[in-house]
Amino acid sequence: MQEEVVLRLEGICKEFPGVKALQDVEFTLRKGEIHALMGENGAGKSTLIKVLTGVYQKDGGNIFLSGKPVAIRSTQDAQNAGISTVYQEITLCPNLSVAENMFIGRTKSIFTNWKKMNEEAKKLLGSLDIPAKPNQQLGSCSIAVQQMVAIARAVDMDCKVLILDEPTSSLDEQEVEKLFKLMLDLKKRGVGIIFVTHFLDQVYAVCDKITVLRDGRFEGEYDAAELPKVELVSKMLGKDLNALSDMEKPAAVSDEENGGAPVFEASGLESTAGIAPFDFNIRKGEVNGFTGLLGSGRSESVRAIYGADKVLGGTVKMDGREVKIKKPLDAMKLGISYLPEDRKRDGIVGDLSVKENIILALQVMKGMFHPISRADAAKFADEYIKLLEIKTASPDTPIKSLSGGNQQKVILARWLLANPVYLILDEPTRGIDVGTKLEIQKLVLKLASEGRSVTFISSEIDEMLNVCSRLIVMRDRKAVGELSGSDLNQNKIMETIAGGEKVHENA
Amino acid sequence: MKTLEKPVQQHQKPTGKDGGSFIKSLVRNQIFIPIAALLILVIFNLVADPSFFAITLSQNSAGYPILSGNLINILDNASELVILAIGMTLVTSASGGQDISVGAAIALSGSVVLRVLCGTESRPETLQAPIIVAFLVCCLVAMIFGAFNGALVAYFKIQPMVATLILFTAGRSIAAWINNNELPIISEASFGYFGNFIPGIPVPTPIFIAVLCMIIIALVLRFTKLGLFTQSVGINSESSRLNGINPEFIKFITYVILGLCVAIAGFIKVSRFSTINYSVVAKDIEMDAILAVALGGNALSGGKFNMAASVLGAYVIQFLTTTLFKFNVISSALPAYKAVVVIILVVLSAPIVRDKIAAVRKKLSAPRTAVKEANR
Repeated sequence: MQEEVVLRLEGICKEFPGVKALQDVEFTLRKGEIHALMGENGAGKSTLIKVLTGVYQKDGGNIFLSGKPVAIRSTQDAQNAGISTVYQEITLCPNLSVAENMFIGRTKSIFTNWKKMNEEAKKLLGSLDIPAKPNQQLGSCSIAVQQMVAIARAVDMDCKVLILDEPTSSLDEQEVEKLFKLMLDLKKRGVGIIFVTHFLDQVYAVCDKITVLRDGRFEGEYDAAELPKVELVSKMLGKDLNALSDMEKPAAVSDEENGGAPVFEASGLESTAGIAPFDFNIRKGEVNGFTGLLGSGRSESVRAIYGADKVLGGTVKMDGREVKIKKPLDAMKLGISYLPEDRKRDGIVGDLSVKENIILALQVMKGMFHPISRADAAKFADEYIKLLEIKTASPDTPIKSLSGGNQQKVILARWLLANPVYLILDEPTRGIDVGTKLEIQKLVLKLASEGRSVTFISSEIDEMLNVCSRLIVMRDRKAVGELSGSDLNQNKIMETIAGGEKVHENA
Repeated sequence: MKTLEKPVQQHQKPTGKDGGSFIKSLVRNQIFIPIAALLILVIFNLVADPSFFAITLSQNSAGYPILSGNLINILDNASELVILAIGMTLVTSASGGQDISVGAAIALSGSVVLRVLCGTESRPETLQAPIIVAFLVCCLVAMIFGAFNGALVAYFKIQPMVATLILFTAGRSIAAWINNNELPIISEASFGYFGNFIPGIPVPTPIFIAVLCMIIIALVLRFTKLGLFTQSVGINSESSRLNGINPEFIKFITYVILGLCVAIAGFIKVSRFSTINYSVVAKDIEMDAILAVALGGNALSGGKFNMAASVLGAYVIQFLTTTLFKFNVISSALPAYKAVVVIILVVLSAPIVRDKIAAVRKKLSAPRTAVKEANR
């Protein structure tokens, strides 16, 4: 480590009520280095970034800039210390010109020397090779160029540390190329760059070092050249490669004897969420799953099946008959249920009671003019509260005052009540304690044994292996493989998530 | 969260015979504010002048018996506001915004009634069309304008205030244009029944109409799931969509329902005087209707609603106005007095204040519960 260290974090701790978001995390950034910060959702990446940029106050630990300890108490402190951040969403003003955006809030006098400002902007844009004119309105530039302007602004503020938080998630390949060129350019100038992303290929394209966080802890710092993708994935998911071989075998849910047409079959399905068209099918009594890292397109795939995103193309068949699913109600009427990934945003109706949340889907299917009677509603609510052991003061308690796990059970109850033939569960166990997780897994297997089909998505591979008999592996918004039978093991899954080669099934 | 769960856990049946817990749950209920406001107004009037509540049976100029008194006045004059509050509550719940064009729309629908009944004459001897036809046309027109507002809000995603500002601005001009800027007067006596008295019945007709509207909405909320759907859309539109509800249509339909309410209110207004003045009729009634919803403790940002509380809120506003009149507050100073009362009520019903009050009460009662625990 002879290189000059620009930024060093030691023993950073951050606690939120009930959660230790960061525990003893360290991080080292050297001059002219592109350093990837990796970790699954909830690993503590964004918390670390926010501590570094002064959005959050750290509870413990030290931050050193060029060897000197610094205190960062506000975003202003961070900027003055030379730490700049470019966020995923553009935080500039689209209705101002490029030059104005670069200098806004930084001019000292009351009057603006427009000519000088535009000239300086032009010089800077030219030197960084950014294809934008100073007096062009920012909103008229592509997202990539807007991002570059944000970077140019940061660079001009004389930053030593540049943080790029998921900058590429809304860019296409060519735009990503341009951004990488700019990053490498900045690297030559000696700027240290922290690159947060979930695209593995991009990490290996530009990064020198990789720091992995998991569950708020520092997992390790590695040279990008010496860490194979498979190992990176296993570090992120927290599975030691050697210990994987003796993992338990998946519970087999047989689908072989069912010779008829699949319950659900889609070909060339495509939606507005930007995933590659995919084929998919599920048989009666089968449990399958989509796996892949966060942002790989697994949620988008099931949303397309359910009609939650606008479907652009492809054909869908149920029990061999061609059907049209244009909106969620179509899917519901065909017997498809969907438990969404983001419980808070897409699942619960917060102010409504537990009872109302349970009957909602069934009520919608019946229609507004055929209300479920109060007695029936109370009966359904009591039945499912008992069945799923939902802990609630009463069926009339607003769902938002329940704990996350119990909210999830209520949503599950809602869809079980709708009596689906095909149930899609997207991250049903996220943020839920271990006991409840096992209950939900058992429930899924029970549903399958009753002849229902289930598609199960989880970030935890263990869980997927416990319930799924077939896995579709997604990477970078494409289905890259399908695993079943003896291929269903941690190593193979991680290989497929990380690897380039498509796994071909031969019967 | 805790305050919500605890009492229910302690008492298996919160609405049971325990008087203390009944009052507790009433205080926590949002309908408490309008009820409390009403009680305070009643007590205030009782103390100041008990004759305020006197109701007398007298004869009107036509020789029929009629009831008169402040209470009758309040119930009578609040009718339009109550009907509007019903529609406004639904609109608020589903779209998280308010329709500010209802006053102008009342002028408009009133003008339609006059046009249909009078034709092109300004003082017709006989009605040009049956009253029921005039009423139905008026409903149709008002619902079309409601649909216009609803379409802007639901499908074009324009903020409700901005969307309804269009009709707020244009409505009264359109009303004048419908009758060529004239103010026709209907001389047919039977038309006046709807806004005054039906011969032989001593109670003003608008009270019956308002009660009828309340019964209808109560039945609708009881026998359809309109309430569940509007609240669901207002609370979490995305979640509702994924549960198969069409949030746009629900928002749209609430504006159409409000249109129907406007038509009924407008019809009463015309009937009261057999004519209307387009530029002043139902002036600022939209603000009172919104206020009624707010006084009922309903969040103006949408979501959960309590229809009874809104209706009660409307009566509180009218009660307040009449009380102020009774104490000889001159009409130009009336809004200022009203504002003072409204500030107090709205601040008291604000969740942040209620939480504070609850916290203070908890603190006060903490030592007592500690003693109770120790005794156990």
